[in-house]
Amino acid sequence: MSESTSETESESSVEAKGGGGPGWLEKLSDTDTIQYSGAYATSGVDNSVRLDNFCDDFKVEVIRLTEEEMEFDMIGIDPALANAFRRILISEVSTMAIERVLIANNTSVVQDEVLAHRLGLIPIQVDPRLFEFAGNNTPNEKNTIVFKLHVRCKQNGQRIAVKSNELKWSPNGSEFLLSSEDSKSAGSSSKPRTYTSFTCSQDSLSEFSNNAISVMENILIAKLGPGQEIELEAHAVKGIGKTHAKWSPVATAWYRMLPEVVLLEEVEDEAAEELKAKCPVGVFDIEDIGKGKKRATVARPRACTLCRECIRGGKQWEDRVSLRRLKNHFIFTIESTGSLPPEVLFTEAVKILEDKCERVIADLS
Amino acid sequence: MPVHGDSSDRCNNDNTVPSSSIDKQFLAAPIKRAVDKYQLLPEFLKMRGLVKQHLDSFNYFVNTEIKKIVRANNRIVSSIDPSIYLRFKDIRIGEPSVTVDGVTENLVPQTCRLSDMTYAAPIKVDIEYIHGSHGHKIRSEKTDVFIGRMPIMLRSCRCVLYGKDEAELAKLGECPLDPGGYFIVKGTEKVLLIQEQLSKNRIIIDTDKKGNINASVTSSSETIRSKTVIQMEKEKLYLKLNVFSTKKIPIMIAIKAMGMESDQEVVQMLGRDPRYSALLLPSLENTMEFSTNRLVVKSFEMYVSISSSFIPCTELVIVCFNFKCAKEGIYTQEQALEYLLSKVKNFNCPSSEKDGKVIAIFKDVFLANVRVRGNNFRPKCMYVAVMIRRIMDAILNKDAMDDKDYVGNKRLELSGQLISLLFEHLFKSMITDVRRAVDHVLSHRSRSSRFDFSQLLVRPIITDGLERSLSTGNWDVKRFKMHRKGMTQVLARLSFIGTLGHMTRILPQFEKSRKVSGPRALQPSQWGMLCPCDTPEGEACGLVKNLALMTHVTTDEEEGPLITLCYALGVEDLAFLSGEELHAPDSFLVVLNGNILGKHRRPQAFASAIRTLRRTGKVGEFVSVFVNEKQRCVYIASDGGRVCRPLVIVDKGVSKVKEHHMKELADGVRTFDDFLREGLIEYLDIALYEKDVEPETTHLEIEPFTILGVCAGLIPYPHHNQSPRNTYQLCRMDTLLYLLVYPQRPLLTTRTIELVGYDKLGAGQNATVAVMSYSGYDIEDAIVLNKASLDRGFGRCIVMNRLSAINQKYENNTQDRIIRPDREGSDAARMQVLDDDGIAAPGEIIRPNDIYINKQSPKVTKGPPRTRLTDSDYKPSYQTFKGAEGELCVVDKVALYSDKTNNLCIKFLIRHTRRPEVGDKFSSRHGQKGVCGTIVPQEDFPFTERGICPDLIMNPHGFPSRMTVGKMIELIGGKAGVSCGRFHYGSAFGEPSGHADKVEDISKTLVEKGFSYNGKDFIYSGITGCPLQAYIFMGPIYYQKLKHMVLDKMHARGSGPRVMLTRQPTEGKARNGGLRVGEMERDCLIAHGASMLIFERLMVSSDPFEVQVCRVCGLLGYYNHKLKTGVCSSCKNGANISTMKLPYACKLLIQELQSMNIVPRLKLAEA
Repeated sequence: MSESTSETESESSVEAKGGGGPGWLEKLSDTDTIQYSGAYATSGVDNSVRLDNFCDDFKVEVIRLTEEEMEFDMIGIDPALANAFRRILISEVSTMAIERVLIANNTSVVQDEVLAHRLGLIPIQVDPRLFEFAGNNTPNEKNTIVFKLHVRCKQNGQRIAVKSNELKWSPNGSEFLLSSEDSKSAGSSSKPRTYTSFTCSQDSLSEFSNNAISVMENILIAKLGPGQEIELEAHAVKGIGKTHAKWSPVATAWYRMLPEVVLLEEVEDEAAEELKAKCPVGVFDIEDIGKGKKRATVARPRACTLCRECIRGGKQWEDRVSLRRLKNHFIFTIESTGSLPPEVLFTEAVKILEDKCERVIADLS
Repeated sequence: MPVHGDSSDRCNNDNTVPSSSIDKQFLAAPIKRAVDKYQLLPEFLKMRGLVKQHLDSFNYFVNTEIKKIVRANNRIVSSIDPSIYLRFKDIRIGEPSVTVDGVTENLVPQTCRLSDMTYAAPIKVDIEYIHGSHGHKIRSEKTDVFIGRMPIMLRSCRCVLYGKDEAELAKLGECPLDPGGYFIVKGTEKVLLIQEQLSKNRIIIDTDKKGNINASVTSSSETIRSKTVIQMEKEKLYLKLNVFSTKKIPIMIAIKAMGMESDQEVVQMLGRDPRYSALLLPSLENTMEFSTNRLVVKSFEMYVSISSSFIPCTELVIVCFNFKCAKEGIYTQEQALEYLLSKVKNFNCPSSEKDGKVIAIFKDVFLANVRVRGNNFRPKCMYVAVMIRRIMDAILNKDAMDDKDYVGNKRLELSGQLISLLFEHLFKSMITDVRRAVDHVLSHRSRSSRFDFSQLLVRPIITDGLERSLSTGNWDVKRFKMHRKGMTQVLARLSFIGTLGHMTRILPQFEKSRKVSGPRALQPSQWGMLCPCDTPEGEACGLVKNLALMTHVTTDEEEGPLITLCYALGVEDLAFLSGEELHAPDSFLVVLNGNILGKHRRPQAFASAIRTLRRTGKVGEFVSVFVNEKQRCVYIASDGGRVCRPLVIVDKGVSKVKEHHMKELADGVRTFDDFLREGLIEYLDIALYEKDVEPETTHLEIEPFTILGVCAGLIPYPHHNQSPRNTYQLCRMDTLLYLLVYPQRPLLTTRTIELVGYDKLGAGQNATVAVMSYSGYDIEDAIVLNKASLDRGFGRCIVMNRLSAINQKYENNTQDRIIRPDREGSDAARMQVLDDDGIAAPGEIIRPNDIYINKQSPKVTKGPPRTRLTDSDYKPSYQTFKGAEGELCVVDKVALYSDKTNNLCIKFLIRHTRRPEVGDKFSSRHGQKGVCGTIVPQEDFPFTERGICPDLIMNPHGFPSRMTVGKMIELIGGKAGVSCGRFHYGSAFGEPSGHADKVEDISKTLVEKGFSYNGKDFIYSGITGCPLQAYIFMGPIYYQKLKHMVLDKMHARGSGPRVMLTRQPTEGKARNGGLRVGEMERDCLIAHGASMLIFERLMVSSDPFEVQVCRVCGLLGYYNHKLKTGVCSSCKNGANISTMKLPYACKLLIQELQSMNIVPRLKLAEA
């Protein structure tokens, strides 16, 4: 029993080693996890994942949650799964982003393509679940959001900066007429055809009736000199980050494994002071053990950035301190771009993974 | 009182301490000293600018030189009637302007660029001339007569941009950061490159191929350029001069011809040392060989007997000479002249001029830099004596040889000098032209109209000549036998720094093909003057150089006052000295710009007097004095083209620039000029840090990184790199890119970057680089890019293309027309980009085969004038866009202007924005280029504990062999900079002075911010999610996109055009050519036994051809379509004809061989 625990323990954490040799020989050991259920069969340990065990062990603790950012601990899960969530968050959770830009007039110094590219990267604060993927369908109120931008700098004015606030949502769809319509059916009774075919105004839909769609504010789009003007229409559609980074719902999402700092031997007095001073993030602390003696303790292992300062400075330090990472404890951080709150993003990611699993099961059966 | 006592006490204390320790204490304060002195640099560059050498030289030409030229050739006198003349009183260059149809308009550089004009200003002269008719002669004057147009250098004193501030420049359409210093000729920007030349008017001692010692002087005066060589061959001295048909003239004859008939005097002039006279002996004998007199031979033997008796007394030997020469054939000046007359090349002048001919040669051609008054040739004789003495010095002591590659022996010819050369030539030919025209008019006795001299003056010679030379780069000045090519180049505008680098480039005097190592090697004397790194790779390596940051090139300075000054300072005039005193051991020769002024007995005192005068500003700051102990000469130089640089003066081991000076500078009270004026800094034609100053030190560097040029200054930590890497990087500099969409300022800057303004006009981006291997698509320097980074704008660039169209006018009064596009017809789709005026509109997306100008030309363009053309008289001549398929191009700008002949011209600027692709080339600033091997989505990229995902992954194998430690320091420096919010510095050699951050400090910052001191991070794999087994070296490095992009190079074809002659596919991308299966590929296929593939590639897909072969004679026949059989033309029947397939090239070969009387016969066998 004791044997097997030590086995699993060493298996469950990554250890940073100074290498024991010259400083540049730093390396890490046990970075991988072993998925194979029979990996330790010879020593009588079953490595297979049991659903009950997982249900018992798995824990999520939210550390920090704001509108845009979330940090939570995910305990008792494999790196492969944690990574799957990360990957899905980055590239597969859908959002809305500007895809087509119709430029009526652009006399600014920013070229049309560059302007369009900049517009594309502006996060749109709308729940993408309310929309459908456009695909090859005609743009309608269910798959397209239309924004207008019309800014003009006065002839004798100061230079002005065009910020993303100037992008105004037009719930009725495009106002630009198709060029072919322009000449042919100008006088016809039906509604002139534009670049979108909305059947109804978006603000008549219940979802948007009292919350207008907006974009992230205060993002610089262009600067206009006196007399310059930009007039355009931007069409946002639904997409995923795999296609283009503008559809990624997160600025970034990542995790790190929980640091575990272990003092292999008692570090006392001067050495303790030195150790405390060494760490730039304050992992170590000092406690009095009486008789004027002091001992170093690991007070804030979570703060460790793995800068290896504490094990720098010779073999003796490497023997005193061991820096490890727990392989089943992930400190997960999600930075949302604003379309959905981070916690929703995560559940969306879980749903997508579920779908994938179901698809696999369906395909196999 | 006690206060006073205190201070005096301190003084006393100071005095008691040995002086050396004071210095140490004083100099121990490390921070103030070096950082402070750096402030001089921006000040210096503010005063001088980066291309000051060009501007200075052009300004000098425009303000001074041109007037000198005109003053020297100010009269045009008719050879028929000498009383009719024209005199130029003054010349000046006006404002840049252009005159079209009699209307003068002021020019702005940007208009010239856009409308293919030359940025030039009128040259105006004030004249006084005789005119009149019917015997009446009236003298009149005219001012501001136009004689031609002079291209104007941008930002020179005649340019409209001169002295303008940023806002005014912007209004004129000019970039405030543009340095100027180039010309605009016919719309293209041309740089007149700096030319490197051997210095003029100096004696240079070297050896030729045979090992003979030469003393050569390349003389240059206003009127002539000549090369005079005195050569020691087989112990005898000869004179080599081009005008003489015989290659070698014995030197003694030349000396005699100049009137120095006494050999004694010659020997005296060489000095008393018998070693010199012994060396001269054989040459003296030389004169005798020309006489067949037996007596001479006899006396010669006599002489030998005397000289072999080893009497080391000059006088005796001289006596002996005189004894010889008395019996000599050529003894007097007359004899010598007569002898030389027969040797003169192209001797066909009338006998009247005969006598003066040789004298004239000696006066004007021989050592042309030494002036002769009347017929007094003594200065020239002296000069010859000095030359001979130097040769002998070189024989006696090999060290006395000059080094041709020594920078001090070089002069840089700048645009002003080159233009002045050209202008002088053109001005003179204009004068001869005008004279000819005047004579022509005057010779017609019965002329009716009034004769007006000034009317003849307007000739296009000057305008055309200047424009032609500048646009072709060919300098042909016949008078100086100068035919130089490639003097001008189109200004490199790929990147800002490329442009700057181009302006400081120096072209060599040698042709590139010569396989010599000497001129290519790095000269120690280049220190601080020429950049040691910046030279191209390949054939021009080491020959083409670049100026260093602080180099200044001098312009000519007036000699007159200097000469007077020298005499005032105690130089004894040469004319008052006897020959023997010339090389008297107790005094030094004083040489000014290669001319011997006289002698001085206390050379050091004399030199320091001049230095003092220079430091106090009484003498020009660029006058240099140098006491050459070995040659016993004091050299003073004030000529143009010397390279020099400013240094801090150190007096008795103490730098003259003190802290308070620097403070004043910082406060703006002082300028760089003040430093010069007060003698704190001076220019030197040659100690590093203040702590190294020893009592003997005389000068102190301002900053060590100034030894590098503009381009080399951009590399951070170049002193940590393997030297060639820096050079490679510089070669790359000018191949940067077109226009980066989101340029960034490098996180790791250098002082030079700030000085040059590169931080304002960056050409790259700070990419977060992870040094690790990834995926196998990163071998051989390939890099892996993050797709999300590209999505967010990394490495996006804009490529511009220019198209143009002319609305041509024709001789029959018709002209092209641009018409409204057809919106309905078959071509409507292709005319989408057109505006209603028939010209493409800016902002339109243009696709391949779109029409960008809907132009029509008249069907008849010749013959009698036609009017009232109808639509049917025109044929369409629209122009279509030929872009690559799949490229999204946009019309960026459309410019309309009229050209010289007043045709309407339209220029289109087509823009294409490109996102990096696999195969695009990127480079860091350390000569490490790499192509993009693959693009990987962000989720697959590794990430750090902080969630940082690199933009780019570089393989670590790029480091060991390249040894670019600088790049590693840049990485950690950049990382520290990003995390602490301060730009870090990496100037060359900057660590001791604080212009480069030390790795130690950088590491400290990194640790403070929670990174590892060595820049390596703990990283998770984006694919498996597990940590990587190694720490990864990761941080930002400045990356630049190079212009080599796959889109420009990618090419493939199925079927396409073929060459007429061989019927094989064409070659090259431009002609949509095929890809060749070469010899090696063929070998491969043979080795594989893939015979069918070879057959298919080399014949079926290339040039299959069916031929009729006669089985009897084996020759090719032809197919007769009437008879429907093949016919053999040699057998005259079609009985034995076989049809077979051959490559057309083979058939061609057979026929070509037949045409050379070789009969190739084909023998056919059953397959």
